[in-house]
Amino acid sequence: MTQLALVIDLNVCVGCQACVTSCKEWNTAGSAGPMVDQNPYGADPTGTFFNRVQTFEVGEFPNTETVHFPKSCLHCEDPPCVPVCPTGASYKRKEDGIVLVNYDKCIGCKYCSWACPYGARELDEQQQVMKKCTLCVDRIYDMSMVEDDRKPSCVKACPTSARLFGDIHDPESAVSIAIRESGGYPLMPEWGTHPANHYLPRRKTRIKIHDDELERADNPLKVDRQLPKPAMNEPTLDDVTTW
Amino acid sequence: MQAADTSSPSIQEVKNTTCYMCACRCGIRVHLRDGVVRYIDGNPDHPLNKGVICAKGSSGIMKQYSPARLLKPLKRKAGAERGAGDFEEIEWDEAFATLADRLGKIRATDPKKFALFTGRDQMQALTGMFARQFGTPNYAAHGGFCSVNMAAGMIYTIGGSFWEFGGPDLDRAKLFVMIGTAEDHHSNPLKIALSKFKRDGGRFISINPVRTGYSAIADEWVPIRPGTDGALLLAIIHEIIATGLYDRDFMVKYSNAGQLVNVNEANDEFGFFVRTEVPTEEACYEPQDKLWWDRNTNRAVVTHQAGADPYLLGEFKLSDGTPVKPAFQLLQERVKDYTPEWASQITGIPTQVIRQLAHEMGVTARDQKIELPIAWTDSWGNEHDSVTGNPVAFHAMRGLAAHSNGFQTIRALAILMSLLGTIDRPGGFRHKAPFPRPIPPCARTPNDPRAVQPNHPLDGMVLGWPSDPDDLFVNDDGSPVRLDKAFSWEYPLSVHGLMHNAITNAWRGDPYRIDTLLIFMANMSWNSTMNTAEVRQMLNDKDTEGPNAGEFKIPFLVVCDAFHSEMTAYADLILPDTTYLERHDVMSMLDRPISEFDGPVDSVRIPVVPVSGDCKPFQEVLIELGARLKLPAFVNKEGERKFRDYPDFIVNYETEPGSGIGFLSGWRGKGGEKFLRGEPNPNQWEMYAKNNCVFHYELPKSYQYMRNWNKGYLEWSQRNRITRYAEPILIHIYSEVLQRFRGAAQGKGLTRKPPEHLKKRIETYFDPLPFYYDSLEAQVTDKHKYPLAAVTQRPMAMYHSWDSQNAWLRQIHTHNYLYVNTLTARQQGIADGDWIWVESQWGKVRCMARHSEAVEPGTVWTWNAIGKAAGAWNLTPDANESQKGFLLNHLISEELPSAGSRRISNSDPITGQAAWYDVRVRISKAEAGEPEQTSPQFEAMKPYPGMKARSSILAFLGVKPK
Amino acid sequence: MHPAFSVIFLTTLIGAAQGLFLALFTAQSYAAFKLLPQPDAHAFYGQGSLLALMLLVAGLGASFFHLGHPERAWRSAAMWRTSWLSREVLVLPAFMGVVFLYGLAHWLDWHPVLMTLPGGLPVDPSAILGVAGTVLAFGLFICTAMIYACLKFLAEWHSPLTVINYILLGGASGFTLAAAFASVTAPELVSFLGGWAAIITLLGLVSRSASLYRNARLKPKSSLQTAIGIKHPKITQKTQGFMGGSFNTREFFHGQPVAVLRSVKWFFIVAVFPVPLLLLLSATQGGTAMLAAAFIVQYAGLLAERWFFFAQANHPQNLYYQSIA
Repeated sequence: MTQLALVIDLNVCVGCQACVTSCKEWNTAGSAGPMVDQNPYGADPTGTFFNRVQTFEVGEFPNTETVHFPKSCLHCEDPPCVPVCPTGASYKRKEDGIVLVNYDKCIGCKYCSWACPYGARELDEQQQVMKKCTLCVDRIYDMSMVEDDRKPSCVKACPTSARLFGDIHDPESAVSIAIRESGGYPLMPEWGTHPANHYLPRRKTRIKIHDDELERADNPLKVDRQLPKPAMNEPTLDDVTTW
Repeated sequence: MQAADTSSPSIQEVKNTTCYMCACRCGIRVHLRDGVVRYIDGNPDHPLNKGVICAKGSSGIMKQYSPARLLKPLKRKAGAERGAGDFEEIEWDEAFATLADRLGKIRATDPKKFALFTGRDQMQALTGMFARQFGTPNYAAHGGFCSVNMAAGMIYTIGGSFWEFGGPDLDRAKLFVMIGTAEDHHSNPLKIALSKFKRDGGRFISINPVRTGYSAIADEWVPIRPGTDGALLLAIIHEIIATGLYDRDFMVKYSNAGQLVNVNEANDEFGFFVRTEVPTEEACYEPQDKLWWDRNTNRAVVTHQAGADPYLLGEFKLSDGTPVKPAFQLLQERVKDYTPEWASQITGIPTQVIRQLAHEMGVTARDQKIELPIAWTDSWGNEHDSVTGNPVAFHAMRGLAAHSNGFQTIRALAILMSLLGTIDRPGGFRHKAPFPRPIPPCARTPNDPRAVQPNHPLDGMVLGWPSDPDDLFVNDDGSPVRLDKAFSWEYPLSVHGLMHNAITNAWRGDPYRIDTLLIFMANMSWNSTMNTAEVRQMLNDKDTEGPNAGEFKIPFLVVCDAFHSEMTAYADLILPDTTYLERHDVMSMLDRPISEFDGPVDSVRIPVVPVSGDCKPFQEVLIELGARLKLPAFVNKEGERKFRDYPDFIVNYETEPGSGIGFLSGWRGKGGEKFLRGEPNPNQWEMYAKNNCVFHYELPKSYQYMRNWNKGYLEWSQRNRITRYAEPILIHIYSEVLQRFRGAAQGKGLTRKPPEHLKKRIETYFDPLPFYYDSLEAQVTDKHKYPLAAVTQRPMAMYHSWDSQNAWLRQIHTHNYLYVNTLTARQQGIADGDWIWVESQWGKVRCMARHSEAVEPGTVWTWNAIGKAAGAWNLTPDANESQKGFLLNHLISEELPSAGSRRISNSDPITGQAAWYDVRVRISKAEAGEPEQTSPQFEAMKPYPGMKARSSILAFLGVKPK
Repeated sequence: MHPAFSVIFLTTLIGAAQGLFLALFTAQSYAAFKLLPQPDAHAFYGQGSLLALMLLVAGLGASFFHLGHPERAWRSAAMWRTSWLSREVLVLPAFMGVVFLYGLAHWLDWHPVLMTLPGGLPVDPSAILGVAGTVLAFGLFICTAMIYACLKFLAEWHSPLTVINYILLGGASGFTLAAAFASVTAPELVSFLGGWAAIITLLGLVSRSASLYRNARLKPKSSLQTAIGIKHPKITQKTQGFMGGSFNTREFFHGQPVAVLRSVKWFFIVAVFPVPLLLLLSATQGGTAMLAAAFIVQYAGLLAERWFFFAQANHPQNLYYQSIA
């Protein structure tokens, strides 16, 4: 059984927000749209977005890590938002594991959003239905696009390719390999929701330099006679002893 | 309903063009539905961005349909004050007639009285050409207040630079060191490269007062005090030389490190290289007439003599008794006292970290050599079987540049990169065509005020690269010819001009008053100016006495922009520009092309939607004006208009009749069979359109590296008229150019001499070897009173963009905070989120503070250009941008006190680079009961006639509203 | 959580209605076993049911204000297999129907003996409807409470105490109302109903105190560390990705200072429990005004209690929405 998901590599995410607006751009004019913006040119502008990038500071100066953290619907394998929906508008697709909302059935009771520990759902203030990441379901199966384009908009946009997309149930998929080999982890595992989306942690590269690597036979200072060499006429033992 | 629905009956089209949401210039595909932009994504076939796109690029739709757009030419209402925003709509005919009349009179009398300054326009080849054709020297783009120190510091050292001119080869590097804010230029390619570099196991070190952006994903963050990078770099150079970790072979062959410098202080030639003979003609290259002291024969020989190997260290005596030292010896002496311990005190970086940085760089460069099986021939005819490289790459931009000690800091960086042997080699720094250039590049401004003549083009380039004092553009008494005082003794190497002083100088009449100021796409009454509040007054200031009493001190102000902005409010005449989706543009080899490491690349923009309202691309304005003013390049012999429009101009313009060199280098020749040079091709635009709007010439592998000294490349470059000379371009470890200015200040040599009051300044700062000094502002600041450095960056979602009015991007950054280190804030009793005052000796702002662990304790910082004037950009007057957002610019002065009553620009004394990042501040908690609103506030702006109303709800569907 | 007034009114109004119905049928049962005098069925049961029905309708009406698409409310019965909300949507009208029929049976004095229980106790339609209504009333309490209690990561709600509180507080307010109502229609039942109202209020005090005690000592299961998956004792959020607010900041935060929260808590503790208790105990015989006051005070207290119930619930999603910059 297929479970499509995003794997987000925090090791390379620079927080550029490309995924945020490319998502908005595709989806507001796509089948999941429109995604309303209120006060777009006024005080406290606010709008529906399926994907946000947040920033956290980890540790204290000077040992601080600045972590950029994109978050969208995690497409849980056991999504708590689905069974609570009274109308069946929220559902998880059997064929690919995508969690979707059927806008025509949604009554806008917001209960599903209460049931999501991740804050992944947003009520569209204009349409008054619950909206969320669809993994660009209207892109990924659109055979009129070339294969390279049949990816979620955020994945295509991401300049650091920090967003991988694929089937986490296929052990040979790029996402499965990344999770396996680069320490992929789910968010809030304590709730047993089994998020399909995973995150890859920061990984550090360090260089070890041994002291003796700083001294070498071909040190150019030797060529330019900079290693101290006393003048010929300075006193030596030859001048004072005979043995 | 969330289900795949692709059966839309609407007409779908995809058109390729080039993005212009920032300076990066990615290839984009614009998806249209019934003629409305529905989606913009990256063009996967574009060499620059390879299909990716950034936050700005994806928000282009909101720029296109923004209610801040200006849609009609506007004239200030008679009697209205500047800044009040009272305009009336006019037609283009009237606008052109007004301009042609006024400019015609100026041109016929004193062309200097017309000044043209442009923002980040990406069309400097045309705007500069227009100014030159007009005959005014008063032209510059925004480079002077952006990062000119980076361009100048590196080009005067290695003949190339970061920026569009070169970059780090992260594909092959093993260690990458980024110093200071550098997220701006070439951002998507750098993001692509950086993630690949990290995935391939490279080590990334970021040296920066603040950990944001790319620094966030660094393997190591080295916090540093702003403006002290020079001290760090010099200490690293000290350590690299002391431990012998430099690439001696590279230094010897490819730099002037081994060349002998006259060290006889009594001699007029003191500080200059000893030459075998005096060069007969002055040409724009360096003749190989200098000397080495050969180790094998122990005597002076001409450099690069076969079999010779120079001493880099030591002191020698020529046969005539002249004491000489290799340049490298002088460098070693220079950095002798720049120990890591010394630098640690200045930078705040622990000594062992400085040493570790030097060792990591040196050992990686030495022990992880790259060897590529690429045969090449050097300029001296030596054949090499392979190209080798030392995989240590650097990147720096504005963080180093925007300080008044930035030029020498960047010289130090370029020298460090050279010591490690990383110039145009795999894994290090790589040039991009048309770089490398000779040091300095050949373009020169006139050096004589008589180059400005009524009804004549300027006799020389508007901007250039001085190589000695005689290249300065000064009057006979040494005073500046240019309004911004560029290329004068005050800022001799101001190769990008000093746009940041143009308004102050014109207002004060120092060096002189002007008549008409034309500003294109620059917000000079807001975030693009220092000392914002006073500059706004200058723009509205009138003479109180004299013949012009009651008239504006800057009599006529024209602004061309696509958007309602703080600056447009001050215009007498507003020319509505188009967006990037509505016009043709070229990213030309004559300007700042988008070349790759492997060869020249240029590109175009092609309109994908019709022009909105009465907008007109600025290029069309210039061509129309050029024809009306009968500027020679724009009219034929009969004085008739030569080019139908801008696309026609681009195709048919040649630098000289028959030169075969034009704005675009691809598909030249009658049938498009030639490139770089060739006759105009009437179908050139179509051919660009068919090829992703980009022309990419990939050099043969053997021409892709070591281009400063690559015989094959240099001759290819000469054949294609990219350069005039194919002489090798040796790295200037020791800068004779700087020494020429210093020598003049010391009264030596035959060149012009600086005026008395600037002698000391020139002598001090024009040091041929890099040195560290406290910023000019710090020199006149009580650091106990103003203990903190204040700097800005722009967030990635807005870098280099015009888009604070963008409905999507402004939700991400709708106001800004001052980030303060948590401990620093607590010492002042400032809690997270508190309202505070930030004061410099020049001004004060009230804003909100945010605690941060990712900022060095002596630094505060904020996102720049988020803060807006109330009502500007057609945002509501209560929008967060004006009520909670703020500009640091109010704290930064465009001038500093100098000796006596003189004022001098707050800029690098060598290049005139605006020293934005030098400001020193103190912070304190706002009093209880103060308004929770940023200060200063300005009267709310109103929308202009002809603009669309802003909506309070936006549900963008990518279709025409019914 | 952001307390929505629609839900506050829904749960308190129908809670009181359920309690009132239970009080009516309790009285009827006691009377059937001759433990209480037989009141005027017409007025007490008939009009009492009408009162309960009116409360139910008002509650239902309030609930519509909670919906983005009330015209599609009918769809919400679909998922009764999995959704407590769906179940509530089914049980509530069923209960209303039974209350209506129960009231009708009494109103029309329709008391045919359908069967006789051992011991000779006759069973008429009102008795069957009363049993059915009782089952449904408890079912509705459980459904309503389980909507909240089933959300496992809302720890303040995820407890049997939530169900017990809904039953006891709804019951208390219903019995108090019944006592007040009886003072007008069936004074002979006032002390019985008032007594039970006092007992249930006391029980409610115990269970609500228990949940306050429990909630004050909850250790959140999620933390910033688990929320973003980084193991470090010191993590602070700098930005949440937007600055002008979003659904996430509007729906899940009460937006009130701690002092308000504390005041509301003490207000409801006083208004729901001791004040009505005193009023109930001091107004045993026919003190309609005192009893009405008891109900009004208690109901007002319950509005505050329900506001606090929502406000106190700390949603784990809030970990992601702590700071803007």
